[in-house]
Amino acid sequence: MLNIIGRKNIFLAVSAVLIGIALVAMVIFGFRQGIDFAGGTLWQFSIASNTPSVDDLKSFFSAQGGSASGGKSNLDASDAIVTYDEANGSFMARLPDVSEPDHQKLSSLLKTSHPSFEEAGFQSIGPSVGNELRKNAIIAMILVILGISLYVAFAFRKVFQPVSSWAYGFITLLTLFHDVAIPAGLLALLGHYAKIEIDGNFIVALLVVMGFSVHDTIVVFDRIRENLLLDRGKTAFPELVNKSVNQTIARSVNTSLTLILVLLALYFAGPASLHYFVLTLLVGVTTGIYSSIFVASPLLVLWQGRKK
Amino acid sequence: MRKHPLFVLFLIVLVAVTAAFFVYPKNFGAKFMPWRLGLDLIGGSHLVYKVDLSKVAGGDRDSVLNGLRDVIEKRVNLFGVSEPQVFVAKSAGEDNLVVELAGIKDISQAIQLIGETPLLDFREVYGNGSSTEFIQTNLTGRYITGAQLAFDPNTQAPQVSISFNGDGANIFEQMTAKNVGKPLAIFLDGSPIEIPIVQEKISGGQAVITGKFTINEARTLVERFNAGALPAPITLISQQTVSPTLGADSLKKGIIAGIIGTLLVMVFMIVYYGMFGVFAALALFIYIFLTLGVFKIIPITLSLAGLAGFIMTIGMAVDANILIFERIKEELKKGLSRTTAIEEGFRRAWPSIRDSNTSTIITAVILYFFTSSFVKGFALTLLIGVLVSMFSAIATTRLFLRLFVKDSIKTENSKSNA
Repeated sequence: MLNIIGRKNIFLAVSAVLIGIALVAMVIFGFRQGIDFAGGTLWQFSIASNTPSVDDLKSFFSAQGGSASGGKSNLDASDAIVTYDEANGSFMARLPDVSEPDHQKLSSLLKTSHPSFEEAGFQSIGPSVGNELRKNAIIAMILVILGISLYVAFAFRKVFQPVSSWAYGFITLLTLFHDVAIPAGLLALLGHYAKIEIDGNFIVALLVVMGFSVHDTIVVFDRIRENLLLDRGKTAFPELVNKSVNQTIARSVNTSLTLILVLLALYFAGPASLHYFVLTLLVGVTTGIYSSIFVASPLLVLWQGRKK
Repeated sequence: MRKHPLFVLFLIVLVAVTAAFFVYPKNFGAKFMPWRLGLDLIGGSHLVYKVDLSKVAGGDRDSVLNGLRDVIEKRVNLFGVSEPQVFVAKSAGEDNLVVELAGIKDISQAIQLIGETPLLDFREVYGNGSSTEFIQTNLTGRYITGAQLAFDPNTQAPQVSISFNGDGANIFEQMTAKNVGKPLAIFLDGSPIEIPIVQEKISGGQAVITGKFTINEARTLVERFNAGALPAPITLISQQTVSPTLGADSLKKGIIAGIIGTLLVMVFMIVYYGMFGVFAALALFIYIFLTLGVFKIIPITLSLAGLAGFIMTIGMAVDANILIFERIKEELKKGLSRTTAIEEGFRRAWPSIRDSNTSTIITAVILYFFTSSFVKGFALTLLIGVLVSMFSAIATTRLFLRLFVKDSIKTENSKSNA
């Protein structure tokens, strides 16, 4: 039997450090907002023969400022981000909001200089759309947290001894924030160092992580509850928690592992546009395994010890 | 189910096999209710237009919006797009019009076609000396019911004759009565195309635009008027276009990832749980075909996000199996016979299966109702997947185990009665 509760301070310290880094990253760097939040354009295209370099394209786009639609355009593409995806042989350009006439103009310019230019995708979103999405994302987030909290309160309504039921609920929510903060922090770091942007999908991934985090924690807490009823106070609480965690560790890991397997398949073999959505989920679900075993139950024991 | 497990299992397998034929996109499955794929998988364009209703009276707004939708629908149909979607979406107090065009090659042409739908209006002309002032009237293209190509009987020059509806005819009559002997300007898309002098009051709701058209120009204009003029100006505020190549590539990669993921999960289950794992793997096949069948029957338009959601549920569908098998292991350790341990395992794992799926269901339902179209597809496949998996993992696996796992005779006698 693994002595998880005995080494709880180490595990909690690891979590504390990770959470600390994540929070600092979020506060200092913030998030790079994608086009669906901040407005802007994502343009995916390929140039099969006589392929220009990323820098060529960057200077092409920044030279377009003002000239794209006969001087009337206010397109300022000086900070265009251009990346090249070697596997697909396609370029991705992140530009400010490009209007349809500008889009036509840029297309024909590129087509003239590079006849093998072929557009794969063009997404342009006006800044006003983002406000709506941001509002909806916040509403959805509040509702999910609320719904899950109510559900947790319901799930633990029957336990009173030696830790009150609301403590189970509180700790479940604490692990939920733990599991969401770490992938969010990672994306903040990626935003700063690799210019990765967060979009609506990122919010969805976090919400889904919330759902999984809770269900993993519930499996462990459920067992603690069951053992408490069977044991009738014969075993000390920390020991009983340790036993419960060990009994459920296999199912806790395995249920998340099967999900991680399909996510890995999606990450490596799936379409590129889902990359960061899947990465957020992967990190969140992995964090969820750790927290349900090494964070939630130790916190429960700490809580009980504090009362003495 | 308890009495005829073989029969019930046979039924489930039969349904699953039928579903497999039904969802396979060739032969039977292709002819009968073909798959509906999202724009991000077949290629297409999602356009959002902001509608400027500032010049429309409050009470008229809904009818103008509906008229606008009908007109654009006709425009788009003219372009020969299969099943175009045109709908009004109100967001943050603004009225938006969403146009979805699937599998179209030349999006820019389509965008032009939609945007350049003629915006016709009549303006009164006030000239004093050199400066001319055009005053907009309330006679606009929204009152036009139809147009015809005509020729000037004297010069044979092509003309466009337009008909107004009842309201339009009244306004036109009053306006011409008021302006006899004065010029009246006809504006198309914001610029004057003709400024004829009104000869007399015109009743009956017929007007002729002479302009200086070539036959082709006149014919195009007639086509456009018959499709309808835009009752209110629109501006494109967002577009998402995916080329058919990129869409097909996403679809292919998604399917490959799904197959790899499924195989990984199956191998894991068989390696870790042995014989039980084989049953879980079989149940997973049944799950996949049943769920795809449900998607197709509803029918759900499967987008990339929806596909991702479905692939995720493949990893989650075996969760119930894992919870049950772990319970069975515990019951076996307690010394129960295999069949009793299986029954106990199912019974005692149920609360945790229900609980663990509840939080996912809560998330999926909230996502479905409070988000935009991309996320809706994901939420819907996730929700349906979780619901079907609760059935497939529990019912199917249980039948498999009841049928194929038997106690050896000795242990059954000695233990199951204990």
